[in-house]
Amino acid sequence: MTTTAQTPPAAGGAPVLQTRHLVKRFGGIVATNDVSLAVMPGARHALIGPNGAGKTTLVNQLTGVLAPTSGQIELEGADITRLPAHQRARRGLMRTFQINQLFNTLTPLETVALVISQRDGLGGRWWRALDRDAARRDEAAELLRSLHLGDVMDHDTAVLPYGKRRLLEIAVALAGKPRVLLLDEPMAGVPAGQSREILDTLAALPADVTVLLIEHDMDLVFRFATRMSVLVNGAMFAEGDPDEIARDERVKNVYLGRGHG
Amino acid sequence: MSAVKMSGSRVRVAEFLFWLLAVAVMWGFPQYAALWTEIAILALFALSLDLILGYGGIVSLGHAAFFGFGAYAAGLFAIHVSPDPLLGLVVATAGAALLGLLSSVIVLRGSDLTRLMVTLAVGLILFELANRFSGLTGGADGLPGIFIDPIFGRFEFDLAGVTGGWYALIVLFLLFVVARRLTRSPFGVGLEAIRDNRLRATAIGIPVNQRLAAVYTIGAAFAGAAGALLTQTTGFASLDVLSFERSADVLLALVLGGTGYLYGGLVGAVIFVLMHDLLSAWTPHYWLFWMGFALVVIVLVGRERLYGGVAGALARLSPRRGGRG
Repeated sequence: MTTTAQTPPAAGGAPVLQTRHLVKRFGGIVATNDVSLAVMPGARHALIGPNGAGKTTLVNQLTGVLAPTSGQIELEGADITRLPAHQRARRGLMRTFQINQLFNTLTPLETVALVISQRDGLGGRWWRALDRDAARRDEAAELLRSLHLGDVMDHDTAVLPYGKRRLLEIAVALAGKPRVLLLDEPMAGVPAGQSREILDTLAALPADVTVLLIEHDMDLVFRFATRMSVLVNGAMFAEGDPDEIARDERVKNVYLGRGHG
Repeated sequence: MSAVKMSGSRVRVAEFLFWLLAVAVMWGFPQYAALWTEIAILALFALSLDLILGYGGIVSLGHAAFFGFGAYAAGLFAIHVSPDPLLGLVVATAGAALLGLLSSVIVLRGSDLTRLMVTLAVGLILFELANRFSGLTGGADGLPGIFIDPIFGRFEFDLAGVTGGWYALIVLFLLFVVARRLTRSPFGVGLEAIRDNRLRATAIGIPVNQRLAAVYTIGAAFAGAAGALLTQTTGFASLDVLSFERSADVLLALVLGGTGYLYGGLVGAVIFVLMHDLLSAWTPHYWLFWMGFALVVIVLVGRERLYGGVAGALARLSPRRGGRG
């Protein structure tokens, strides 16, 4: 078991997010090699793999930052392979980045209120001031408070401590009320003392949000994920529930063994 | 430049005083009306550049294309269609907006450097077109003797330029109010987001190119309005409205005042025109040397430290900076 890439998981319903035979080449390098991935509704799906396995390249294709060389990507049954990144976001595919991608000259409150306006289709409004929009401002403040950002929401994003910036990264994605949330190594670089708030946040994600988690931190992966896919050298190496993956000798050899021995 | 982002009631007082001072100067020293008009027009032109540079993040070396287009459009409209100033202003503004929209398609392609070259090219092309079609534009001789009707049929453009001065100041103020609202709206904050981080802006669903095209068009419209004001207040339009020097001057003025907080273009225009005036009276041949010298000092010393009083005070007044101490 757990060896073929093609077998869809057994869970009920159609996948929310799916790739079919996805291939991405950079010159002679095959960064994504025939990946067929199915993420089921409400899943806590983890994508793991050693450094350079092509995890972020895959996420960048899912979100439209990179165009695949061949293959298809489907979101809720619709082919989004050629859809621009901003339109995928509008369809409810939101992401966080491995390296923080924030708006440094805006405050967290402005940032999140902007995301909410954008989500509600008001991002093009050019007359009414964003900070006068009480409904969206309140929603933004509430979300920020729930993510331990209430005390810094009026500071410039540029001056926030790293852990807070990491939380804001998640807040920005959550503010868009995603159907599918892609978390690209949310724990990357977070000092141990600041990790608690992020773990709490991940645990408290709404159950109806489908989550695809890319993570190096195996403790977090095994605590969080209900389904796992292992990527090695750009190809799908194994899939299964966490117990299956934990028992898989081949996975242990290529991945878990390394640095965890 | 968010260090000087306006917010809070005390900053509103500072803004009020700024405009009160402008009115007071216009009122108290009408003998210098031509100078105030020049400042107001450059201020509007620099404001238009701030929209595309400070908010859109697009560096332009050919912004005079829109200024000049507006200037000629206002002149030709007055000669061939109607001498009504407000109608002419609206037509020139709309025309420049259309030109901005069309050129945004090519300007928004490619990297920053490509964009810079394309803005430069659009400016040069327009200049040469105006030069070539001298039957329409008067070529190197310009469009002389443009007669403009009194504003609302009541306020005649006088020789001293007092009416023109008020007219330019009021148009500047109204368009400034529009720009101020624009930059605080979701649209404007979205532009800041694009400028800060285009990758993330896309990831939250902002159609980046569409937004940049929109702000480029608005910037072009404002520049066109500034050009129209020049033609209408001087009764003359010549090739220099499209010149590269004009594009360079407005960039210089904006950099002097600072980008991304709207008042930069206004403050920069005041400094630029006054320096130009004083320096060229003092040393007619070398004023540009001193202008360059001032720019180098500003870049090396840093605008905040140099204008420390103003920028620093505004930053301290702004409540959101309180968290930083």
